[in-house]
Amino acid sequence: MTPPMSLTREWLLTDAPESRRQAGLGRLYRGWLLFRRNYLAMAGLVAAVFLIVVSLLAPVLSPYDPSAQDLTNRFGPISAAHWFGTDEVGRDLLTRLLYGGRVTLGMVVAIMVLVAPVGLVVGTVAGYAGGVADRILMRITDVFLAFPRLILALAFVAALRPGISSAIIAIALTAWPPYARLARAETLTIRNADFIAAVRLTGASATRIVMRHIAPLCVSSLIVRVTLDMSGIILTAAGLGFLGMGAQPPMPEWGTMIATTRGQILDAWWVPTIPGVAIFVASLAFNLLGDGLRDVLDPKQG
Amino acid sequence: MIEVNELRVRFGTIEAVKGVSFRVPQGASFGLVGESGSGKSTVLRALSGLNRDWSGDIVIDGKGQQPIRDKNFFRRVQMVFQDPYGSLHPRQTVDRALSEPLLVHGIGDVDTRVRRALAEVALPALLRFRYPHQLSGGQRQRVAIARALMAEPEVLLLDEPTSALDVSVQAEVLNLLADLQRARNLTYIMVSHNLAVVAHLCSEIGVMQSGEMVELLSADDLRAGRISHPHTKALRALSIELEEPEMAKSA
Amino acid sequence: MQVVVRDLRIAFPSPQGPTEAVRGVSFALGQEKLGIVGESGSGKSLTARSILRLLPRQALVSAETIEFDGIDVLKANETQMRAIRGKRAGLIMQDPKFSLNPVMTAGQQIAEAWHAHRGSSRKEAKDAAVELLAQVQIRDPKRVADMYPHELSGGMGQRAMIAMMLAPDPELLIADEPTSALDATVQAEILRLIEDLVSRRGMGLILISHDLPLVSHFCDRVLVMYAGRVVEEARAGELARAKHPYTRGLLDCLPSLVHPKPRLAVMRRDPAWLGT
Repeated sequence: MTPPMSLTREWLLTDAPESRRQAGLGRLYRGWLLFRRNYLAMAGLVAAVFLIVVSLLAPVLSPYDPSAQDLTNRFGPISAAHWFGTDEVGRDLLTRLLYGGRVTLGMVVAIMVLVAPVGLVVGTVAGYAGGVADRILMRITDVFLAFPRLILALAFVAALRPGISSAIIAIALTAWPPYARLARAETLTIRNADFIAAVRLTGASATRIVMRHIAPLCVSSLIVRVTLDMSGIILTAAGLGFLGMGAQPPMPEWGTMIATTRGQILDAWWVPTIPGVAIFVASLAFNLLGDGLRDVLDPKQG
Repeated sequence: MIEVNELRVRFGTIEAVKGVSFRVPQGASFGLVGESGSGKSTVLRALSGLNRDWSGDIVIDGKGQQPIRDKNFFRRVQMVFQDPYGSLHPRQTVDRALSEPLLVHGIGDVDTRVRRALAEVALPALLRFRYPHQLSGGQRQRVAIARALMAEPEVLLLDEPTSALDVSVQAEVLNLLADLQRARNLTYIMVSHNLAVVAHLCSEIGVMQSGEMVELLSADDLRAGRISHPHTKALRALSIELEEPEMAKSA
Repeated sequence: MQVVVRDLRIAFPSPQGPTEAVRGVSFALGQEKLGIVGESGSGKSLTARSILRLLPRQALVSAETIEFDGIDVLKANETQMRAIRGKRAGLIMQDPKFSLNPVMTAGQQIAEAWHAHRGSSRKEAKDAAVELLAQVQIRDPKRVADMYPHELSGGMGQRAMIAMMLAPDPELLIADEPTSALDATVQAEILRLIEDLVSRRGMGLILISHDLPLVSHFCDRVLVMYAGRVVEEARAGELARAKHPYTRGLLDCLPSLVHPKPRLAVMRRDPAWLGT
């Protein structure tokens, strides 16, 4: 079989794939076709990708240096020189927004990367092992779940040095329990299925069964949950920034930017409002994306 | 080959299997029939190693078995499940499903064996990398049978393998099972509530009712009506009554 | 009450264009028992459900006529259909675990069906529910009325389902593989029960199944469907002398307790059966 130089539609949609890779890619492609039909989800995807790309390209796209102050032009209005105006020390708002995106979105991604795998492992192990292991793991999960997210994050950050890494760890500590519960719930359903019994009948170890047969089935709902949670995480990170516990000045971060300028909401309204709009757009984009992913990955239509 | 003595299985306070005994010589096929709730599937699951809460003796090829079985046991004894829609992992291709037993047991030559397995159950090679939802019920059941045979077992436990299939597909699968048994000298234990299917494939039959084995007889005796227990008589009468399409009643 | 279906066609949209699942089916039914037999994918379920317009949203239905007691089902609006569904025609499905509400007791559901279509008091509905459970030959109807669906065995659940469907005293009953999930003994009991109730109440019955001999025992007439078309229509007693090779194939491939066969005949599908 010639290597797939031609990743044509025909090759992907064939009903007689010739390798696991072809079959896997075909399945992804079919999922993509289904996703594409949902306009709102596509809008969410485009917006999310746009925000991420633009944030990554901040050094290239920003007209100014994010820490370049100009005290003669504090709270400058929207103009040709400053598309979004300037903030309380004359820094260009557009630049701050782009660099701030790196911080905010970067925090969120870091949190997700920490939280989802931990939740998956804890949940699947608890669900499959059952008995004492299940009880212990779930009680630990309950302890973390009992704390209100922002309060625990605040306490943690206050105990350590306020800053981005503390904020990330603090939020991650409170964000992982729902994923463990989700994975456990899925595992409890899956483990009674005949195909799992069939794998047990090969004499496979429990680790192999959980990691290679059960966990992959939980991933879809976790992915959906992650994208839907992103908006909440963004808000929590922004909230921490707003309370002065996240990114510390002069580092730009959307929440901090609102906090430090909220007194100007009536006069130079664009200064606190525009970062707020950015947070809103990011949250909405991830929400729509998550809804669309759920319809494709976890359809429960009649 | 297989000897079961006073097998008892308990679910909580309820005894689902109350002291069942039977023997199956090598290369033979033994059928377990009964209504739902008679305990026949429970016996099979205890034999397979899926259910560990049993007491009594299970002896396979002279070796007494413990509730927890080792990998060697799973190489020799395999199971085919009833529901073709649940017995294959939804996210794994046919190729992956068939490779899994080989990977777990460390058997090499995976590619050749997978291709050979597909041919043995008369599945075209173009199905090899399909997902279960792209296969029909009959095709899925063939994959399940192929998977069970990958590690070259000697015993096949069949839990109502054709109950969920259309009758034409059932005929093909039953023929396939008969062919495979002859070709590989397999020992079968088949569970079913359909007497005609069981009598077709099995030479010895055990009839279960409410957890007890009420009668052990040969398929020939069942067909001929040489029966002692009333429950068996009732099952046979019902099966015969319903199997022939009703003849036109004379005016 | 007459059901008339002429040239029914049901198609589903797909990337390659609409695929027809039912291709020109016609039949009529009065106060009798009609069996529709076919394998999975033959279109038998869709055909019966089209009478009540209970098809998936994306189904494209067309027919020369679909009539229920003179009402044009194709042109009726939702209100008219709701007056037919449940009240004048009931539908029993395969697995009572999925068609009964898991958070209501059996008695509550039957009483609700009674109350919805007859508008009686709560007490009357409750008593009627117990009475109906007795009619479907449940031995301890009062106790079963207070049980939840997951506490009922397959056979009892199906009986509860039948009681629920009969509460409004309908004229037609559609049973879509009502016994496929049950073992042989319970299957026979449930079908005998349905046959008995339908005869006594003067109802029409459409029984859908993949089991041809079984259907022939409990119906007056049988339609055999293959790939969306009716390939044979016969009186139940004449099935043994069926003419179409597909019907013969269905009968020949069955294992028999009385006539042992060394090898089961395998259906050889003639593309000609697919029709034009």
